[in-house]
Amino acid sequence: MEYLVSIAVGVLVAGGTYLVLRLRTFPVILGISLLSYAVNLFLFSSGRLALNLPPIWTGDAAAYTDPLPQALVLTAIVISFGMTAVVVMLALSAYLTARDDRIDTRDDDAGGRDQA
Amino acid sequence: MNHLIAVPLLLPPLVGAIMITSMRHHPGMARIFSVAGVSLLLLINIWLLAQSGSGAIQTYELGAWPAPFGIVLVLDRLAAIMLVLTAVIALAVVLYAIGSGWDHRGRHFHALLQFQVLGLSGAFLTGDLFNLFVFFEVLLIASYGLMIHGGGQKRLQAGVQYVVYNLLGSTLFLFALGTIYAVTGTLNMADLAVRVAEIPADNTALVRIAAVLLLLVFAVKAALVPLHFWLPSTYAEAPGPVAALFAIMTKVGVYAILRVFTLIFAPAAATGDLAQSWLPPLAMATLIIGAIGVLGARSLGRLAALATVGSVGTILIALGVFTPRSTAAALYYMIHSTLACALLFLVVDLVRSRRPDHDDRLVPAPAIMQGGLVSSLFLASAVGMAGLPPLSGFIGKLLILSGVRGTEPGWTVWAIILVTSLVLVVGFARAGSILFWQASGETKSESADTSGLRLTFVAAFGLLGSMVALTLLARPVLAFLTDTAAQVYDPAAYISAVLPQLGEIQQ
Repeated sequence: MEYLVSIAVGVLVAGGTYLVLRLRTFPVILGISLLSYAVNLFLFSSGRLALNLPPIWTGDAAAYTDPLPQALVLTAIVISFGMTAVVVMLALSAYLTARDDRIDTRDDDAGGRDQA
Repeated sequence: MNHLIAVPLLLPPLVGAIMITSMRHHPGMARIFSVAGVSLLLLINIWLLAQSGSGAIQTYELGAWPAPFGIVLVLDRLAAIMLVLTAVIALAVVLYAIGSGWDHRGRHFHALLQFQVLGLSGAFLTGDLFNLFVFFEVLLIASYGLMIHGGGQKRLQAGVQYVVYNLLGSTLFLFALGTIYAVTGTLNMADLAVRVAEIPADNTALVRIAAVLLLLVFAVKAALVPLHFWLPSTYAEAPGPVAALFAIMTKVGVYAILRVFTLIFAPAAATGDLAQSWLPPLAMATLIIGAIGVLGARSLGRLAALATVGSVGTILIALGVFTPRSTAAALYYMIHSTLACALLFLVVDLVRSRRPDHDDRLVPAPAIMQGGLVSSLFLASAVGMAGLPPLSGFIGKLLILSGVRGTEPGWTVWAIILVTSLVLVVGFARAGSILFWQASGETKSESADTSGLRLTFVAAFGLLGSMVALTLLARPVLAFLTDTAAQVYDPAAYISAVLPQLGEIQQ
């Protein structure tokens, strides 16, 4: 199972990185989402993968699974969900005002206000 | 337990929530509340600073859960200094935003500002690495709202870049945290310091990866070359007062580097060589690129943004040496440069608002209203940023030069800091002479709305006054900062304050 999870994380990161490097906002947002899924899986596995074990030590169980990474993942999911909503709204309003969804601002480095 | 430590995390969200729920249609009330809230916060933070001066490290266990199981807030000298600095900048920004009317050009300016202050205070106070991530996100999500405050095409496009860049940074942060937790089984900073020191030197590969990831994340926040690309357009396009508030955001990255790489990955530990070998060369590159950018900038906003990049480089050069003496110098320069950057961005906005046809482009234009006052403020902020006497930047650079003397890259640092100071002087002189001396024709007397102007100058001169105070009180301030650096380089005291039971077990 470790192999499966690590391959999944790797594929998600690769796809996410590729999409983030695109020039338009929609693929970039998708890429960020993929990366956040990857990191959630990664965080989840950072407490070791254990099957069918209670998250709380009860005395009669032989072992337990670490509950902390699950709490961390929950926090990370909530935050990345909120952030994705923000970036979607922002990208939409940038697109609607500029009629252009390119992620790079043109003539930016040369004191972009010249042609503004 | 001293409950006052939790107040910087309770007061801003409380004020912000009241403003959102009951002052949506009472902008005047929101202004009063915002000023009152930030002023009260400043008083409390100064009180906390006075308490931290005793040298004792105070902790506050949230929900009375003992560390390392619960989240702790830790107040030491370093955290207290950063808290006071945050409140000072926030107060100046609130006053300026009210005076210039920026807070009414969009919605919820004051509430967002309160949440930004919450995120900053939390990042400085927390003693838990995951909690640091959460507060980073709080300050970022508030800053996204502030950055696009007022709208406009350029600002929104720059905002998208800023958000995307920082989301990638957050993802890296989570990867680092996952790796650290997998290796050590804890995220409490004091507990981490103990566990990381126990890892045998030949088995540090994973924890070194995590340390490098953390360094990258903090370098993104601090805008260290080559991870600084988000900063120039963001700061140049953000509303003036917001850019002034962002002057402290880069310092969050600097603070996090100092905290994590002196406590957890301490210079003495097996992982300590990472920051020491990476920081100085990158910081020098940052300073050089910032200085060249100032020389080549075609608009005042971009010039100010690149000067900010350069100042971060200067701080991190001194920090990267990792000796108590150079760290005290870096802290002094950090306080100074935060004030100077904030002042510079306020001046940029003063200029912009007075040149409706030319914005902040560095081209000759009709003379501006109140040109004498604005240009003298520009002169003061330029003197501060370039590090010329008589303002505190000169003392700061002097301290840094003397702090790095005798260390590894000593002479290179001297050459780079002195030459870039000259380049900065030339860059600022060029911008100032175009803006103020090549101004032609009659001053357009805009009698439209001068009611709030007094308040904008109160804010700007307040920042200038705090720089003057920092200069005049250099000796006691430096004594305090030397104690701060000594405390930072004594992880044992931090650990025993957060984990008192650990000492009992060992005894």
